Amino acid sequence: MSRLPLAGGNALLDDAADGTDAAARPAMATERRVLGLRAGAWPGILAPVVVGFLGLALWQALVVIKGIPPYVLPGPWLVAQTVVSDWSTLSGSLLVTLEITLAALVAAVVVGVALAILFAQSRWMERALFPYAVVLQVTPVVAIAPLIIIWADDVNLSLLICAWIVAFFPILSNTILGLNSADHNLVALFQLYRAGRWQTMRYLRLPAALPYFLGGLKISGGLALIGAVVAEFVAGTGGSASGLAYRILESGFQLRIPRMFAALFLISASGVAIFLVTSWISHLLLRRWHESAMRRET
Amino acid sequence: MSARLADAAASTSRPLLSIRGLSKVFDNGTTALAHVDLDLATGEFVSLLGPSGCGKSTLLRLISGLVRPSSGTVAWPGEVSEPELGFIFQEPTLLPWATTLVNVVLPLKLAGVNRRDAEDRAARMLALVGLSGFERSYPRELSGGMKMRVSIARGLVTRPKILLMDEPFAALDEITRHKLNDDLLRLWWEERFTAVFVTHSVFESVYLSGRIVVMAARPGRVVADLDNPAPYPRDDLFRTSADYAHLCRVASGALKEAIAA
Ligand SMILES: Nc1ncnc2c1ncn2[C@@H]1O[C@H](COP(=O)(O)OP(=O)(O)OP(=O)(O)O)[C@@H](O)[C@H]1O
Ligand SMILES: [Mg+2]
Repeated sequence: MSRLPLAGGNALLDDAADGTDAAARPAMATERRVLGLRAGAWPGILAPVVVGFLGLALWQALVVIKGIPPYVLPGPWLVAQTVVSDWSTLSGSLLVTLEITLAALVAAVVVGVALAILFAQSRWMERALFPYAVVLQVTPVVAIAPLIIIWADDVNLSLLICAWIVAFFPILSNTILGLNSADHNLVALFQLYRAGRWQTMRYLRLPAALPYFLGGLKISGGLALIGAVVAEFVAGTGGSASGLAYRILESGFQLRIPRMFAALFLISASGVAIFLVTSWISHLLLRRWHESAMRRET
Repeated sequence: MSARLADAAASTSRPLLSIRGLSKVFDNGTTALAHVDLDLATGEFVSLLGPSGCGKSTLLRLISGLVRPSSGTVAWPGEVSEPELGFIFQEPTLLPWATTLVNVVLPLKLAGVNRRDAEDRAARMLALVGLSGFERSYPRELSGGMKMRVSIARGLVTRPKILLMDEPFAALDEITRHKLNDDLLRLWWEERFTAVFVTHSVFESVYLSGRIVVMAARPGRVVADLDNPAPYPRDDLFRTSADYAHLCRVASGALKEAIAA
């Protein structure tokens, strides 16, 4: 016995497959580029730079016209000169601070994500442990830093712990939210296909959590730096560590205000750099699919 | 006569799926389904037709095993274990971070099929729904109808014995819907799965199915079981025939009674 041909249906399908859809097949988009960047990206870069220059010019003018002495407020030009002239001292401190910050951030990512995955496996685990993560988060790090410095033998280690405490909560709470925000129908679909726990985690929950995690990472990057600096302030000049906070304290005692500003500038610049790098990572990972990273077609 | 109808006639003695006294009461006290009896034969195309809230989705979820019944049974008399199911939701429900191809590969990947085979099968399935050339596109780069076709490809890629569809085309415009109806019928004819199609459109149910199960709400129950004897294949000619108009009137009448009941 033979099956009946399905002429009408086939003709319809082929028609559309070759007409409407094939014509819409994606082609490589060409875009005008200026100096290697999208033409449309430049205003977003130039605007803050121009504002920054105007601010610095105003500051410099104020210092020169009013004759403010450098030990009260050094002009930006003097600060820039100090960054260069004191680079040998400042660069070492910058490196120490950056090392602590990055180590704390990595630890925050590892512990935050691991805990979030653990909590996603067991509601009880989450109920039992999450309140303590909150306690850790709401306790001011300045208040517990002295204790941690006493408990940990190594100053660098205690700074690392302090920076980690500040940095890890946004990653934990955002990742938990992300893991739980997978589309319910997709969860049902995975269940229908008898996917294992780990398969569901790997192919569904983790990718769904990625945008949330990256949002947390952006916040935690800045917090890790703040944690590292604040903890070093608390540790004070007694510590053997010599990060940028230590340089600021030292400059304060020695009334070398331009150097204090130079150290401050390096901290801010590090913070901005961390933000830019985390934003860039986030953009790379999300640009093909997540609403937040898509440009709207007009 | 086609082999298909002979098959269906032979298997009436032993249904693929047998539902007996099925009830579902949700935790909040809503009785979504009360005492449903239903048999499905292998290779059938059945529509579940009924007003909003009559428990169509709930019945589909009970069949799929996603929801446990409060009482009654869902049994597969001819099967050793629960057979492979495909499920197509009202929304396309694709992984937004994965390309079209990866989305269709997913069920095979979860089943442990090796990657080369899985990608071959998925690509062939995509071609079957008219989407070759879009393997590397992301869902948000596709139109609503194209996303739905990806979803159909994913539902069929494991060659399931039974395909459950929950108002899959409700959100689409009429032209796209007609086209996808035709695609679906053609796939059903070629792949020979058993289809359960939830809809609240009388016209869609008459065009697609060989049997229309009409349901009523409060509590959700089956009120009529209509046979649609129009032969397959069906095409636009059928859509404009007197037979079609007559069948629509009958189904429409049954639905009106169901709503009034
Ligand atoms: N998870 C739930 N918890 C409580 N009540 C529910 C739940 N899901 C569905 N219901 C109730 O069960 C009844 C049937 O719902 P169901 O979704 O099966 O209807 P439906 O026929 O699919 O309707 P529609 O055509 O609008 O999709 C409704 O009264 C609904 O409020
Ligand atoms: Mg429904």
